[in-house]
This record gives sequence, structure tokens and C-alpha cells, in this order.
Amino acid sequence: MEKLLLSGNEAIALGAYEAGAIVGTGYPGTPSSEILEALTSYPGVYTEWSVNEKVAFEVALGAVLAGARTLVTMKHVGLNVAADPLFTSSYTGIKAGLVIVTADDPQIHSSQNEQDNRNYAAAAKIPMLEPADSQEAKDFTELAFVLSERYDTPVLLRTTTRISHSMTVVTKGKNPDRSHKAQGFKRNREKYVMIPAHARARHSIVEQRMRNMTQDSNNLAVNRMELADKRIGIITSGVSYTYVKEVLPEASVLKLGMVYPLPEKLIREFAEYAEKLIIVEELDPFFELRIKAMGLAAQGKQHLPLVGELSPDTIRSGLKAVVPQELFAQGSAAAQQKLSSAYTPPPRPPALCPGCPHRTVFTILKKLDLIVTGDIGCYTLGVLPPFSAMDTCVEMGGSVGMAQGMEAALGSAYNHNTVAVIGDSTFAHSGVTGLINAAYNKHRSVIIVLDNETTAMTGMQPNPLSGQRINKETTVKLDYLKLAEAMGIKTENVHIVDAYAKAQVEEAITASLNKRELSLIVVQGPCIILKRKRKKA
Amino acid sequence: MNRKIYNILMVGVGGQGIITASDIFALAALIHGFDAKKSEIHGMSQRGGSVFSHVRFGEKVHSPVIARGEVDILLSLEEMETLRWLAYANKKSLVVVSKTRIKPAMVSDYPEDMEQQLGKSFPNLLMVDPGVLSKRIENEKFFNVSLLGLIAPLLPISIQAWEKAIGQKVPLHFLEQNLNAFKQGSLYYDSIKKEVNS
Ligand SMILES: Cc1ncc(C[n+]2csc(CCOP(=O)(O)OP(=O)(O)O)c2C)c(N)n1
Ligand code: SF4
Repeated sequence: MEKLLLSGNEAIALGAYEAGAIVGTGYPGTPSSEILEALTSYPGVYTEWSVNEKVAFEVALGAVLAGARTLVTMKHVGLNVAADPLFTSSYTGIKAGLVIVTADDPQIHSSQNEQDNRNYAAAAKIPMLEPADSQEAKDFTELAFVLSERYDTPVLLRTTTRISHSMTVVTKGKNPDRSHKAQGFKRNREKYVMIPAHARARHSIVEQRMRNMTQDSNNLAVNRMELADKRIGIITSGVSYTYVKEVLPEASVLKLGMVYPLPEKLIREFAEYAEKLIIVEELDPFFELRIKAMGLAAQGKQHLPLVGELSPDTIRSGLKAVVPQELFAQGSAAAQQKLSSAYTPPPRPPALCPGCPHRTVFTILKKLDLIVTGDIGCYTLGVLPPFSAMDTCVEMGGSVGMAQGMEAALGSAYNHNTVAVIGDSTFAHSGVTGLINAAYNKHRSVIIVLDNETTAMTGMQPNPLSGQRINKETTVKLDYLKLAEAMGIKTENVHIVDAYAKAQVEEAITASLNKRELSLIVVQGPCIILKRKRKKA
Repeated sequence: MNRKIYNILMVGVGGQGIITASDIFALAALIHGFDAKKSEIHGMSQRGGSVFSHVRFGEKVHSPVIARGEVDILLSLEEMETLRWLAYANKKSLVVVSKTRIKPAMVSDYPEDMEQQLGKSFPNLLMVDPGVLSKRIENEKFFNVSLLGLIAPLLPISIQAWEKAIGQKVPLHFLEQNLNAFKQGSLYYDSIKKEVNS
């Protein structure tokens, strides 16, 4: 059997392909982006970068209702954007399998927060699987499609950065199931039209489904007891499992492959066996609270951090006080011989590339000392020296709305010293709606779009301002002028300027602020890494 | 097969080819017949940040990340970056450092005494002159692969497995040069082996 070394993300794509997925959608976001890119390389799968996660989810839901097995991918905060359809898709159920990948980012390697998306599974009443390596990433994706169709529910697949981006060995499947075809949409209004009368009935079905799944999860092979030393029983999942095996090879382990709903009977059985239950989980005490609610004595977060990733080291030091010494792996004798240095290397914080088109704007914003509501992308680095020219950054699209709020708060005292700065991908994602709001509510904001023709931050994915689709096919480009005109922004207040023409960029900003009318400034210049890539291709 | 897990940490700065090198490394271990895992944090698109990659192989590997103090070989492509990962090494770790200096943006002058600092911290230190190695390979671009060749004689992975892995990971039109870079790395190691052993 062919063995490959794959990242968790590549393994998910392979799993989706082998499970017969014929549609894949998503919006880029670290650490999830490579899944859809990998899926695009397989034959017979339609893929798209959707404009944002909500749309990606809706396209996916439409596809499954029309009978296509579908994978939809996003990072953890992306699921916030898609949360609205997520919750109600739990009620409608599916027709063909729907698997939603949420890639969480403990340690905030490349995100704005560290939310634990297991909470979404519980809140939306949707089952969730969590793999511990790439083999499981592939296998669990396939299992997720099976469960989705067996229980008529979307299924969440949660990865973390360590799973998505680590490479481990994967055995390719024997017979990919590529026979699956979409049959087209069949009406079922009680199921798919969520008016209150229908939704009430569906809610009961959802609750029954969760009871059934809770029962069945006790016999699911991915929930596995590894019984060994009786003194300590560890309940864990995902990458934490691999750390536990490394650090406590002799302890008994209950490895949860399905992290929601929890297999209550199995957990009780495990608790019977082990004298002391310890929960090892990253971020929130998700298992711990539920296991304690079962009336079982368990320990967890009093020993392990709520913040950041776990590691073999944090588990070793955190559990020293509660686990007998002899259960810990010895470690090499050499490892005890610590090294030291008088010199600590200075950090190498990320910085805009030399020659980056975003540099001009921030040089000017710094010079003008404006208040800058910022957004998410490479250009967020405008907050750091030498620019120090960004004052807020919360979520994608946030810059546009927040600038309007700052104006509203001051009313006639507002002195036109605030601009919003947003990248092209982010503008298409959720800046456009904010701009409609500005026009509709007569705000006089100055919105600066930094158009580098790509979604640079997450690895150069094309977007509606790139003129290209995920498969490199050419397509339409959003027309800023017509868009602004349609919203009711005066044509004379739309400025499209070259990112390297310093004087024009500055002139556009000062003129717009002085004019005190809603203005859209588009600063255009391709990302230089993108340019280099294009040259190579 | 013994039960030892080999832990190699490759570090440096973005753009030095660490990710490609560690891809080749882990794949070579797999092709040889080991279980292998590798882990790194893909940085953001911008260049110039610290980069690291954990490579682990052996009969059965659980954690994709190396525990502190457990590194067998620390392979560093930049002098001061080596010290950032000190906690992962121990007195026995072989520390191979390319004499390459890339000044962090926030620092005015690169510390002059870096080599001395490294000598003080790492008892088992091997400084590699990139000039000497680069002269023997046709293109500096393949320096990362020559460093794999340099440590290859210390590892239980066959030359065939290494070559096959390189073949799978580099573009065909660069294959010759990469294989040569790998070979030159091993030859360079042979020429300095006596120092390492003593
Ligand atoms: C809801 C949400 N989805 C995805 C991301 C990941 N993400 C961070 S920045 C970014 C887009 C960056 O593209 P753009 O706005 O064009 O700016 P650039 O990086 O090209 O300068 C994305 C997708 C996120 N932070 N939040
Ligand atoms: S990757 Fe592109 S957009 Fe990002 S900092 Fe570099 S040049 Fe600028």
C-alpha cells in the first residue's frame, strides 16, 4: 500500500476525495488554506474560494441539498462568520454528506484570537471529530461523510495548527469512492424551509439525533480505550494525545476521536478502571466540564493552562504533582544536561516585505498622524514600527464599520481625522456591506482599500479583485467605480491611485478628509511576492 | 531496528529553504522504512521571520514536536538563530551552524562575538563555512540540501532513500544539482570528520 508523508490539510483533501466529495468550498485562513488548494488538484471535484465563509457555507449547503458530497473549509474565526447557516443547517440536515472543517489556532500563531471551536459543536448540536495525526485526518474525513449521511446532519471536523501543518505518514486508500453523483434537489419543505412551524418540529428531531449519537458514540471505534496502569486515566484528543503517549507511555488513555457528543457510557467505564481521571485538552475545559457534570471526579485545568498550545513539556511539568514519577517517560539522560547562554537573540517580528505596495500608505498615515481603523491582512503590520500607523484591528471588515462609529460618537464634533484601511480580499469578504451602510446612513468616512490583487497574508489565494479563480481560470474583476456609484457614493469621491505614487496617494487622502464626504480610495499595486510567483510560472 | 527516536531541529530565517530541506528529510526517513513526523509553523507570507522545523523519525513516533532538551542534531542556517533554540539542545547534541549572518531589522549591528557565544553554549559545535561549501556546489540555492548531505553520514538513512526523497521534492531540472549538493555536503563532512569525533 502506498505510503505518503502528508500534512493534516493534504490528508483531509485526500480523505474528501476518497470519500467521493464532488464539491469543495471555503475561504482562506491559516491554518486551513491548503486543504482546498490540495482538493483542487484532484480530478472530478468542483472547488471555489468563496467570497467569505458564510457564502462558502451556503454554497456547500446548497450543494449537499442537491445531492453532492461537499467539504467546506475555514479557520476558527471563519466559523463565526458562517455561524448563522451553521446553526440552522443542524435543523435542515443534509441530503448528501456535508463536512465542515474548522481549523483552530491555539497559541495564536496567525490569528486574532484563540477561540475553542469545540464549543460550536455543542452550541449548534452538530457532531465533531478531531484527528491526532494526518492518517486520522484522512480517515476521520471519510468517517465524517459516513456519519453525516447516516444521521442526516452536517459534521464538524476540527483540526488545530499542529495537526493541519505537521506532516505524518498516511496510507492511501485502496478504492476511492468516485461513483457518487449529485441527483439534483428534491423538494422537502418541512425539512428545508425553516419557518417556525417547521423549525419547531425539526428541533425535536435534532435533539433525538443527538441522543442517538451520544448512545452510538460509545461503540464508535474512534473513541478508544488504551488500558494500562490503573493509577492514572487520561482523557484526551487531537494532538494532545500524541504528547500524552510521549510523556506518559504507561498511563491508561481514553482517546476521543469524536469530541462531541461525548460517549458517556465509555467514559464511565474508563472512570471505573482508572483510579484518577485527568483530562488533557488544549484551551477550554470542554471535556472537563462535561465529565464533571456526569458526576465524575476529574482534574484538568487546575494543572494545565487555559491559554496557548500544550506540548510534551507543559504536560510533563503540569502533571508532575499528580502523576506518580515512575509513569513518566524517562527521557534521555542527556536531556537533563541543560545548556545556557548569556546572549538572547532579539526577536524577528514579521514586517512588510521590502518594496511592498502597502508601505506608501502607512508612511503617509504616520506623517498625517490620523486615527486609523485597521483590518486583517499583511497590512495589519502597519501597526508596528517603523509605521506605527494603525489604531484598531478586530475582525475582517471591522475597519469600515468602526470608522463610522467613531464619527457617530462625536456627531458635529467629529473633526475628520479618521480613515479606515482594508485589504482587497477583506473588502470583498465583508467590507462591502459596511460601505453600503456608510452610504445609506450618510456617514462621511474615508475608506482606503489596499488592493494588491491577492489574499497575500494567507498565501496568495485569488479573490474577486484578482480576476482569477482557485483553478487559475480567468474571471471577472469587481469594478470599484461602478460598485461605489451603485451604492450612492459620488464618482468624484472615488480615487483609484498607484501604490507607488506617493504624492497622489497623499493628495487623495487629504482631499477626501477635507471634502468631508464619503470617499473610497483604492490604492493599487500587486504584492511583490505575487509578482515574483507570476514571473516564475 | 532500535527504539531510538531521532530528533532533528532545523532553524534559520525565512527564505533559507528550511521547509524544503525538512520535507526532504522526513520523506527520506519514511522511504528508508521509519515512521516519521515533522512539524513547523508556516509563517505568514512576509519574509524574514524566524523559521524552525522539527523532524522526528524512528520505529514509532508519537509527538510531532520535540521535547525540550531532546534534540540530537540542531542544524542552524543562521548564527544567532541557533541560540533561540538552545532549550531544545543538551550537552550531547551536535550543533551544526552555517556561518551565515542575517541581521534582524530591529538591531543596528550584528554582535561581533557570536561565534564565541556559540562556542560557550554548545560543547559539541560544528561551524560550517558556507563559502567553502557553496564553491563546491553550482548554486547557493542548493545550500540547504548540501547541509542535509553533511549530516546524512551521522544518520541511519540510506543514500538511496535520501536520493529518492530529493527526487520527489525538487523540480526535475534542478535534480542533478541538488544531488550534487547533497554529495558535496557528505564529502565536506568526511573532510572534517576527525574534528567531530574528537
Ligand atoms: C473571518 C476570517 N477569515 C479568514 C481570516 C484569515 N485572514 C487573515 S487576513 C486575510 C485576508 C488578507 O487579504 P487582503 O485583505 O487582501 O490583505 P493582504 O494580506 O493581501 O494585504 C485572511 C483571509 C480571518 N482572520 N478571519
Ligand atoms: S507578502 Fe506581499 S502584501 Fe504581504 S508584505 Fe510581502 S509584498 Fe506586502
